[in-house]
Amino acid sequence: MNGRATDLVVVGAGPAGAAAAMQAAALGVRTVLLEDEAAAGGQVYRAPATTRDMARSPERRQGDALRAALAGSSVQVEHGQKVWSVSGQYRVDVLGPQGPGHWQAPALIVATGALERVVPFPGWTLPGVVGLAAATILLKAHGMAPGERTLVAGAGPLLAAVAVGIVKAGGKVAAVVDLATPGEWAACLPAMAGRPDLLARGAGWLARLRLAGVPILTGHALAAVAATPDGLRATVQPVDSLGRPIPGGAATSFEVDAVAVGHGLIPSTDVTRLLRVEHWFDPASVTWRPALDAGFRTTRAGVYVAGDGGGVLGVAAAGLQGRLAGLAVALDLGRLSQVQHDARAEKLRRKLARAARFGAAMARMMAPRPGQFAAIPADAIVCRCEDVTRAEIEEAAAEGACEVNQLKAWTRCGMGPCQGRVCGDTAAALLAQFHASDRETTGLFTGRTPLRPLPLDQLTGEYGYADITLPPPAPL
Amino acid sequence: MTEAFDVAVVGAGVMGATTALHLARAGMRTALIDRGAICREASGVNAGTLTLHMTRAVLIPYAIRGRQLWLDAPDWLGMDAGARATPGLSVAFTPAERDMLEHRAAARRAEGAPIELVTPAQARAIEPGLNGDIIAAAHCALDGHVTAYLTGRAYRRALVAAGATLMEQHPVAGIDRAGGQFAIRVAGQPAVRARRLVLAGGVWLEAMLGWLGLHVPVKCLINQLVVTERMRPVMRSVLGIANGLLSLKQFENGTVLIGGGWQGIGDPARGGVEAIPDNLIGNVRLARAAIPALAEGRVARIWLGLESETADALPMIGPLPGIGDAYVIGCVHSGYTSGPFMGKLLADHILDREPELPLFDPARLVQPQRAATLEKTP
Ligand SMILES: Cc1cc2nc3c(=O)[nH]c(=O)nc-3n(C[C@H](O)[C@H](O)[C@H](O)COP(=O)(O)OP(=O)(O)OC[C@H]3O[C@@H](n4cnc5c(N)ncnc54)[C@H](O)[C@@H]3O)c2cc1C
Ligand SMILES: Cc1cc2nc3c(=O)[nH]c(=O)nc-3n(C[C@H](O)[C@H](O)[C@H](O)COP(=O)(O)OP(=O)(O)OC[C@H]3O[C@@H](n4cnc5c(N)ncnc54)[C@H](O)[C@@H]3O)c2cc1C
Repeated sequence: MNGRATDLVVVGAGPAGAAAAMQAAALGVRTVLLEDEAAAGGQVYRAPATTRDMARSPERRQGDALRAALAGSSVQVEHGQKVWSVSGQYRVDVLGPQGPGHWQAPALIVATGALERVVPFPGWTLPGVVGLAAATILLKAHGMAPGERTLVAGAGPLLAAVAVGIVKAGGKVAAVVDLATPGEWAACLPAMAGRPDLLARGAGWLARLRLAGVPILTGHALAAVAATPDGLRATVQPVDSLGRPIPGGAATSFEVDAVAVGHGLIPSTDVTRLLRVEHWFDPASVTWRPALDAGFRTTRAGVYVAGDGGGVLGVAAAGLQGRLAGLAVALDLGRLSQVQHDARAEKLRRKLARAARFGAAMARMMAPRPGQFAAIPADAIVCRCEDVTRAEIEEAAAEGACEVNQLKAWTRCGMGPCQGRVCGDTAAALLAQFHASDRETTGLFTGRTPLRPLPLDQLTGEYGYADITLPPPAPL
Repeated sequence: MTEAFDVAVVGAGVMGATTALHLARAGMRTALIDRGAICREASGVNAGTLTLHMTRAVLIPYAIRGRQLWLDAPDWLGMDAGARATPGLSVAFTPAERDMLEHRAAARRAEGAPIELVTPAQARAIEPGLNGDIIAAAHCALDGHVTAYLTGRAYRRALVAAGATLMEQHPVAGIDRAGGQFAIRVAGQPAVRARRLVLAGGVWLEAMLGWLGLHVPVKCLINQLVVTERMRPVMRSVLGIANGLLSLKQFENGTVLIGGGWQGIGDPARGGVEAIPDNLIGNVRLARAAIPALAEGRVARIWLGLESETADALPMIGPLPGIGDAYVIGCVHSGYTSGPFMGKLLADHILDREPELPLFDPARLVQPQRAATLEKTP
């Protein structure tokens, strides 16, 4: 496959990317939507991977509707395409079932979603300990619980969603362990009031868990998970509002075979860091976000970000942002006049404000607390690809590493297959804590290609020596 | 006002850091200033190849000494930066490459590199991972590699121990001369004053020399490097091709580094911003042609670093013409290999010690149309 030209490339077919692509295409913008997975839907609207009869959740219905709408649109949807490079203005390289190829378009919407955050604790790398995100993938794609008896721990609304999913899939939940207190949840109510449907859904989840007899421990955190001959022992302890263990607080242990744990989501900034657009650190969600204008334009002309990749605000906001970004592209490419654009955008913006208010409240609830980083033991692994511990990070900090890229060079933290997607946030938080500096000072890992690991045989294809295009030889 | 430093070195790559280290150890009050962190540009992101197969022929005597210093780093630097001695091979796949191989081996041998031609079978005995399709090979017993990303950590420890003052995150904006001293202007900080000045700014040397009114064009190469995920041992040598477009090695941790000077996009102002996908594919195809088992691996990361080159492609190391007590060091081809030696040479010159090998007079490179404007020292 050689380079093909189009007007707009959208990366990621979650709710944001799908909405953006359909909006732009409906206005006459030739649009290609590239998606790594076999079907559109993203995290929330993930399509099932099995033909097993699975419970039909509202997400499943909405996801099916989204996939049907995409199929009926003029968007060219390309599945199974790993986007591994963005260069020029803009060349998007993919690796798909047919090998490498690329697209060329003046406009690019990045809708690559979010990554899960787990703040390390002793035992977080044991088999059987999974992220809340991984648990939702199992539940949504395969209708499977992570184990027979799972402890669900961490922060934010995913806790209840995962716990209910496990119960529905026929699994047992040993307990839900929430960093937040009921008081903190209550403080979110005003922001949540704009979405009574979601509020009701959350209440429904809690009722369902109570009915199933699942203990809910609020103001608690996972202290450690240890392997036992029969499975895992998860120990939890009470924490204060900063996430610090309360001295003398009574620890409780659970015998389980799986632990699902997560501390919120962080925008996936791989593409925007690669393109070196401006980013800012948002202390409320404790995440780095690309700087965006009202049309979801980044600081680089022709590059837009919609959905979680710009800041995690939930599925409703993602779809609305996608539509607004699609409108902005149509405006910028001359398919819409400013007046036409504004008339359409205004209504969407009002809806988005409401959705975003809810989403931001949830993002705050998910955000990690400083005490969690402080509580990481010295010998706990932070970078699981390269086995770098907190002690090694702090030793490098003491020798003068003030910023994450220097830290990476000196310790290999973030150099493995995940390229810092898992450890980067914790490493930066630990550096900032050690030097009493801030996340602006500790910075961001430099974004580079490939955005996903590239199998060398697929990248090179089959070729003879004479097929290699060589530049002139180096001088003697 | 604080007392002036005996010397200020601007640019904390391997050139500046080595020079500063030796000056500090000789008792000079030394400031080492960098706009970023120590050894995070070329000196921290390069391929770390200690090969003579790719070194400019006239620099071979310097590279041999630099390579030995890297291998002895625990003794004089205080930390092993991962330097390992390995055999080095350069191979040819085509008759044209074979001719180039023979010619280049002879030229480098004449400068003292112990390079000998070997048969393809002998080459495969040295490097069992090698493709059976090669038609000629040259072997050098002196080769090896360093883990370049550890450079800053090693030098920083040594500099701190030697009492040098390290000023990282100090972007220098210009230099004034007053009262026989240099006043080094740093954005957002008080000026740093010093009696002597060493400019060691890598690809930024053209701008730095401009501060002193000297016009010396410096070309910027945007070199691409590719690293795989960890894989089973697939090779044990440092491997190249006669045309110099491949440098290949596997580290102890199993990752394989693929280089060879393929170019990306960038410039001194923006850095190395973008890999060119076709150049990535070309470079990786060449690597897989040399070591077929690389097909099992996955590319983990591609990056770009900036390498400097003068008009005649030879280094500038020595006193700046017409400006007393000011020196420059940089633009050394395969400069990571020879860096520990080059920095020592300049330090010896500054300390009035007889340098072991000749310096590279920067005066030859100064363009006359923009002559020095600074007051001359008596
Ligand atoms: C596990 C999990 C569960 C969540 N559950 C909820 C929930 O219940 N309710 C809620 O409101 N929010 C939830 N969220 C937040 C949710 O991510 C967003 O609200 C919403 O899905 C964001 O949509 P999006 O389109 O921005 O990203 P996503 O839905 O994540 O979609 C991004 C898409 O881009 C694709 N992609 C990424 N990189 C590449 C690449 N290099 N090449 C090709 N394709 C690529 C991905 O495969 C994915 O399909 C959850 C998030 C996660 C991670
Ligand atoms: C990708 C790549 C691969 C390479 N591979 C090899 C190899 O395998 N073997 C080998 O021998 N050589 C190799 N080289 C060459 C080698 O890396 C360089 O020759 C050497 O590192 C140059 O060192 P330096 O100190 O001159 O420059 P640099 O390391 O670039 O240092 C210059 C310093 O000046 C600082 N600076 C710039 N402007 C300012 C300012 N205004 N104020 C303060 N400080 C400033 C910079 O921040 C930087 O730290 C490679 C180079 C590259 C780029």
